Amino acid sequence: MTAPPIPVESALKSSQDASSPAIVFEQVSIAFERKPVLDGISFHLAKGETKAIFGVAGSGKSTILKLSLGLLKPDDGHIYVLGEDVTELSEEALFDLRRKIGMVFQESALFDSLTVRENVAFRLFEEGNVSEDEIERRVREALSFVELEHTVDMFPSELSGGMRRRVAIARAIVTQPEIILYDSPTGGLDPVTSNTIIELVVKQRDVYKTSSLLVTHRLQDAFTMANHYFDRKANQMKPLPPGARGEVPMGFLILRDGKVIFDGDVHELAQSKDEYIREYIS
Amino acid sequence: MELISPTDFAIDFARDRVQAVQDYALLAARSVTNLFRRPLYVADMIQQADLIGVGSLPIVVLTGFFIGGALALNSANTLQRFGSLSLIGQLVAVGMVTELGPIITGLMVSGRNASGMASELGSMVVTEQIDAMRALGTDPTKKLVTPRVISTVFMLFFLTIISDACGLAGGGAVSSLMFGMDWHQYWSTAWQILVFRDVFTGLVKPVLFGFIIATVGCYYGLSARGGTQGVGRATTQAVVASSILIIILDFFITRLVMTIFGYR
Repeated sequence: MTAPPIPVESALKSSQDASSPAIVFEQVSIAFERKPVLDGISFHLAKGETKAIFGVAGSGKSTILKLSLGLLKPDDGHIYVLGEDVTELSEEALFDLRRKIGMVFQESALFDSLTVRENVAFRLFEEGNVSEDEIERRVREALSFVELEHTVDMFPSELSGGMRRRVAIARAIVTQPEIILYDSPTGGLDPVTSNTIIELVVKQRDVYKTSSLLVTHRLQDAFTMANHYFDRKANQMKPLPPGARGEVPMGFLILRDGKVIFDGDVHELAQSKDEYIREYIS
Repeated sequence: MELISPTDFAIDFARDRVQAVQDYALLAARSVTNLFRRPLYVADMIQQADLIGVGSLPIVVLTGFFIGGALALNSANTLQRFGSLSLIGQLVAVGMVTELGPIITGLMVSGRNASGMASELGSMVVTEQIDAMRALGTDPTKKLVTPRVISTVFMLFFLTIISDACGLAGGGAVSSLMFGMDWHQYWSTAWQILVFRDVFTGLVKPVLFGFIIATVGCYYGLSARGGTQGVGRATTQAVVASSILIIILDFFITRLVMTIFGYR
């Protein structure tokens, strides 16, 4: 897997104001059809950190991602993304902010009438000021990152589930966004493909220092991410040395009944005395 | 299953209906105001114009021709009793240009394209492609709705003219082949009876009908919920709602034009 170079402007921008969090949730509540899903939750995602979100089905994990993008508006509370309050922004202003964020949807959500090339290049086409040659180069780079360069002229219906998920990752990273939101990127995939996807997420975290929220049901995926790093020289994911376990920017967030019941790193998770959490991670 | 009181049900129902009207009005307004905001998706407009216009041409030509023929047949039956068969051209011309041409074309294009738009956009909603588009920083109303609205309005205008011409040709064919009427007489009477008011009525209608077809089709598509069943429901609702609105609007446009220009 060859890594695409980070555009200079993007790298500079990422390094600026590195102390401020990428995403902040402040007392956010939302209900669907009078049923509360999130009830006053607060947490923050630091720049460069990847945070895995856990919870039973219907606990509001995907809702958190959609709220972060402004695809949904909360009933109460504030959400700050890259310093901007998305709860106050108009839809027009949100489109500008969303260009700095990549999202990998649960079922990939690739445009089925477009080829892989057109899907990956969608955002570049929309920017309107990128030359055809530059688009082709960046599409090839993004696809080589996910090892799917050969699928460039295929349609999503011709790809397997795992390949579609990887094309969705290529589409999300093609502009090197500052934040990436992954909605169950390994859901329904076999262990080998899941591992490939997790390796891509780790690579994005360690090579590009991208801030990420990752919704998953698979605890083992998050533990793999907490105990591995991406070795750029060897171009593969490697386990952290025993003394350095958990020394990567990886956080865990657990939801229960609309509340955050855990927000911390892998050490704190392992030491938690909460019965529900103990049962959840066992 | 949770039971709710009849009062709560009525309030929810009324609120949903008002919300739907408001959402439709906002979508329709945005489809127009998007024309003044960049980017303009000209390539998408041309593609949609091809799908809607060229794609609908065969059904518009066929229905126009046979409706004109049927109109001539029915008119001839009555006119023969009064020895006024020569008036067929006038009846077919006024009937086709002011009423049947726009409404038949509108209903045909509605059946073909409002359903197509609702099912296409509905499928995109249920597979999260619309959310993906928004997440990628693109406004779906700009990229998907406005090109469909502009193309439908533009193409329905010309399809209606084609339908009118085919209807007149159908009426002419019936008049000359079945009733032995002189072809030139038919065309000259048909042509001479038409006044500005008739042509104006006949060309204003497709513009408004096109707007209704595209906005209703897109609205139901973007409001689709509940998987493939929801897409099917949205498709049916789009055709039913746009067809009913076309017929109701036809009445009011006709009445308005009569008020402005007076009766014939």
